[in-house]
Formats: sequence, structure tokens, C-alpha cells
Amino acid sequence: MNPYVPILVIGAIGFGFGAFSLIAAALTGPKRYNRAKAEAYECGIQPSPQAAGGGRFPVKYFLTAMLFIVFDIEIVFLYPWAVTFDKLGLFGLVEMFIFISTVFVAYAYVWRRGGLEWD
Amino acid sequence: MLTSPKLDYALLAPILIILATAILGVLVEAFIKQALRARLQLTISLAGIVIAFEQLYRVRNQGSSMAAITSVSIDGAGIFLQGTILVLAFVGILLIADQDHFAPQASALPGSIEEAAALESGRAQTEVFPLTLFAVSGMMLFPVATDFITLFVALEVLSLPLYLMAGLSRRRRLLSQEAALKYFLLGAYSSAFFLFGAALLYGYSGSLSLNGLTDAIHGGGGNDVFLLLGIAFVSVGLLFKVGAVPFHSWTPDVYQGAPTPITGFMAAATKAAAFGATMRIFYVGLDAAQWSWKPIISVIAVVTMLFGAIAAISQRDIKRILAFSSIAHAGFLLTAVVSLNQSGLAALLFYSVAYGLATLGAFGVVTLIRDSAGEVSDINRWLGLGKKSPLIAATMSLFLLSFAGIPLTSGFVGKFAIFSAAYESGNIYLVVVGVLASAIAVFFYLRIILMLFFADASNDSVSVVIPPLLTRVAIFLSAIVTILLGLAPSILFDVAQNFAYFIR
Repeated sequence: MNPYVPILVIGAIGFGFGAFSLIAAALTGPKRYNRAKAEAYECGIQPSPQAAGGGRFPVKYFLTAMLFIVFDIEIVFLYPWAVTFDKLGLFGLVEMFIFISTVFVAYAYVWRRGGLEWD
Repeated sequence: MLTSPKLDYALLAPILIILATAILGVLVEAFIKQALRARLQLTISLAGIVIAFEQLYRVRNQGSSMAAITSVSIDGAGIFLQGTILVLAFVGILLIADQDHFAPQASALPGSIEEAAALESGRAQTEVFPLTLFAVSGMMLFPVATDFITLFVALEVLSLPLYLMAGLSRRRRLLSQEAALKYFLLGAYSSAFFLFGAALLYGYSGSLSLNGLTDAIHGGGGNDVFLLLGIAFVSVGLLFKVGAVPFHSWTPDVYQGAPTPITGFMAAATKAAAFGATMRIFYVGLDAAQWSWKPIISVIAVVTMLFGAIAAISQRDIKRILAFSSIAHAGFLLTAVVSLNQSGLAALLFYSVAYGLATLGAFGVVTLIRDSAGEVSDINRWLGLGKKSPLIAATMSLFLLSFAGIPLTSGFVGKFAIFSAAYESGNIYLVVVGVLASAIAVFFYLRIILMLFFADASNDSVSVVIPPLLTRVAIFLSAIVTILLGLAPSILFDVAQNFAYFIR
């Protein structure tokens, strides 16, 4: 069989699935309109009325989340290293030391530039 | 049994030096006073690049396909491209050193009180230097990486800082932020394609390395559907990065919105890195399956060359014109990739230097032509600039002639090498289309030159500012190399030919 045939079949299935879902939903679904349906999906913040300051989130939340990721990733790498600690020997120790110090460089940057001050 | 890996530190050192310099740059941002930072960052960055280049020069005749287990293969083409990227980064940083192009505080709302205050206090976003170096380290890793995980990591390391830097422009902030967001969203989308393609190729060959892929293709027996889909998806990721049609649509917007020195650096160095990786993947990993991908990549090369040349004609903004011109050049370089021979690789190496330096020089000149509101990129307001400042206009003309491939410039030699490689490999129609596209492109390059020299000066406030010393050095270096490689191409071309090999 020509190897391109399955590729076309996959494409056709993908297209067919999308088309089927849309058409089936339009034909079979009940159509009851209410206010909630016009609002942001699920857990979105209400877009109106606008919050003070142009409706923007304070950037502090974002900073906190990013800082969490920095340390989270560090831990993610520490686990497999801890499991293979004895097999990797000195090499692993030195590498992990370098890795942790580069994470601390990022931390030092955030700290010195005021990223840890809440107000 | 797990053992600690053996790394060839001498061969990896150039990349590691750049990374260490970037981390040092972050520490400078954290602990040094604002007033000293810009100067210190500049010195550190340039020193780091010089040291890395020196180390690269020292190991130029060595090579190993096992530099970092099976993930990195340092060989002739890899070393040449790393050197090219370092040279382009050096010149690029000379342009970036002019802090006037960057927002004083990128996080401030455009037009807000905070922004005005930051501007008044003389602050500067000197993070741009470590960001550039991080991008450079990714660019140096990209063309030498030989497994798909390392390729993907390198792709992300080179892309992420560029997304950020595209949004740092001091003037026309909204356009710049729009460019950064577009670049980020489309770039992330194309990275996903690349990763999915790598996963499919792993499904096909059971190996992440390019050599394993070649063995699997030779051995046969795998499911060809995975192979073909994998090639297609990986190609989409790569073609996006090099800006080939139909994955080019981000190029004009990002080139226009990003700060001009960043545009120059991005256009020059990203092309060298991405084409190096493309060449390695197709040459080393997918050579055995060439009849599956060669026809479609050839078609893309044809469309890219013609589209770039034709679309540039209707543009009125110099940065957009250069963006479409870079799309056309991506088409020429794809022609070299499709040639799949040693002279194609040599041509690609030479072209990346010639095109890269001319691009940096051209964007360097664009930074100089300003009115009271900043850079003037509308080409209609450049009328008659050749009479006001003949030297700058002549330099710009030199770079444009090099893009057009007029003899006695580096661009001619590069195009000639690429077309003869394509001829050698039997792709005559690519040569014909390439020459045709060059002829179309000559039209809009010459039109700019005519506007500069043979039109009456438009009566407005556009003027050429006195270039800062480092910008002057950058433009001067680019111009010298462009002429030198046009007059005596063998200086670099022989080197490129000696280095045009991959170690499998």
C-alpha cells in the first residue's frame, strides 16, 4: 500500500471528526439562551465592570507564580539525581552544584531587583 | 548500568563560555549600580565573545561526534557556523550598545507616567546584553546538536530571548509589543510542530539521534507513515525559524516591530544557526530518505525565492523590505540545502557570513536615519538622502547591491556558489528560478538606491544622525567584509570549503 494513503486517511479522519462534532452539536443540541452563556468560559474573571487601574491584574501574582516555577523545576531535577546519586558520583555532584548555583543566580536577580517585595 | 557521561570540555568550551558570560551578566544586573551597568555589560559581553572565539579557533582542526555523548557533534561545518554566529553576535552587540533603541523600562505601560519617569531618570534595560548571549549560546548549540532533544532545547534557548527582545523597542512601543507577542505565539506553535515531528521520528526509528534515524531508514522495516509525518512536522518547525514560505508571515511584522539592532542580529544570526541545523538534519539524518522530502523542499525553495522578491516590491517600509528580502534569501539558502552535496554546504557556510554581515550593516544604517520622533523607516522620506550625507547613502547602497548579488560584492559570490552547487546536483530549474528571483529583486534594491541619489531631497526634517562610535565600527566592519569578500572571495571561500563536512 502506498505509505501516503494512511496520511490522507488520518487527515480525513481529523477533518471528519471536527466537521461531525460541529454539525452534530448544531443539529441535536438544545438551544436555550441565557445570560451565563454569553459570559467568559468557566472560571474566567468577569470582564466587566472594569476593575480599578484599567482592569489589569497586579503583576505581583505573575512574579510569585514564576518564582514558584523556578524552584519547582529545581526540585524536579533534584529527584532523579537523588535516586542515581551514587552511580553518577563526583560528576553528578559537581553538575548539580553548578545547576543549583545557576538557579540561585536567577533568585539573586529577582531579590535584588525587588521582585520579592509585595508592595 | 548508569555511568557518568564523558564530555569533551575543550570542544564544548565555546558554548559554555558564552553561557557563563550570560550568567555573569545576570549577576551584574543584580549587584552593580545602574549607572555603571551599560558599560560593564558591554565590556563583559564583547570579552566573552572574543574568548569563546579564541577557544573555537584553538580547536578548529579537532572534531568529535561524541563531544557530549551522542548529543553534540563538533565538526567542520559546526565549528565554521559557531564562528560565524560569534562574529555576527560581536557586530550585533556593537549595534545593541546604542541604548537609545531600547525602552527604559519595558514593563511600563506605553505612554504611562511610569514610562516617562523611567525615561527621565536615565534608566536602561541593560538585560538585553545577557539575553543576547543566551540566544547566542542556543544558536551555537543548534547547528551542532545531533539528537532531537538537544535540537529542541537549543531551538528554545535561542528563541525565548529573541521573543523578549523583540518587545523592547523604545519608540512605537505598541508595534514592538505586538511583534513580540506574534513572534512568541507563532514560535511556540512551530516549536510544538518540531517536537511532535521528533516524537514521530522516534516512533519510526526507536532512536532520538540523527545517526539512529539514518540506520533505521537504511534498515527499512519501520512504519513509513511515521517517517513521512515526522519529516513533515520537523520541516515545519525548521522552515518557520528560517522564514520560508508558507511559514513566513511573522517575518515582516516582527522585523518591523523589533528594535532595529535586534532585528539585524536576529535576521543574521538566527538564519546561520537555523540553516546549519536544517542542513545537518537533512544531510546527516534524512539523507537516506531524500526522495521523500526533496521534491517538496524544492517547491518551497522556489516559492520562497519568488514570493520574497515579488512581495518586497510593493512595500514602503525599509524594515519590511529587508524582511521580504530575507525571505527571498531563505529561498536561496534552501536551494543549497536541497543540493545535498559538499559544494552546497560550502556555499551555505559562505553565504551565512556574507548575508549576515550585509544584513547587520544595512540595519545599522537604518538606525541612523531619524527625525525628531525616532527612526524613519518610511522609504519615501529617504528621497535625496544621498545629497545630504553621501557616505551613509553609499554604504547602504553597497549592502543593497550585495543583497541583489551584483558582482564585486560578497552577495554575488554567495549566490554564484549556491547556484553552481544546485547546477552540480542537477537541479537546473532551481538555478533558473533563482536567477529569475534575483533579477526581480534587483528592481527594488535599485529603486531604493535611485531614491537615495537621483531624487530631489524631500523637504522635511529627516536627517542622518552622527553615528555613535560603536555603530560606526559595526557598519564599517560590515562594509569592509562585504567589499573584501567580493573582491577576493577565496580568503573565506577556501576556508568554507575546508570546513564543509559533517562527522556522522
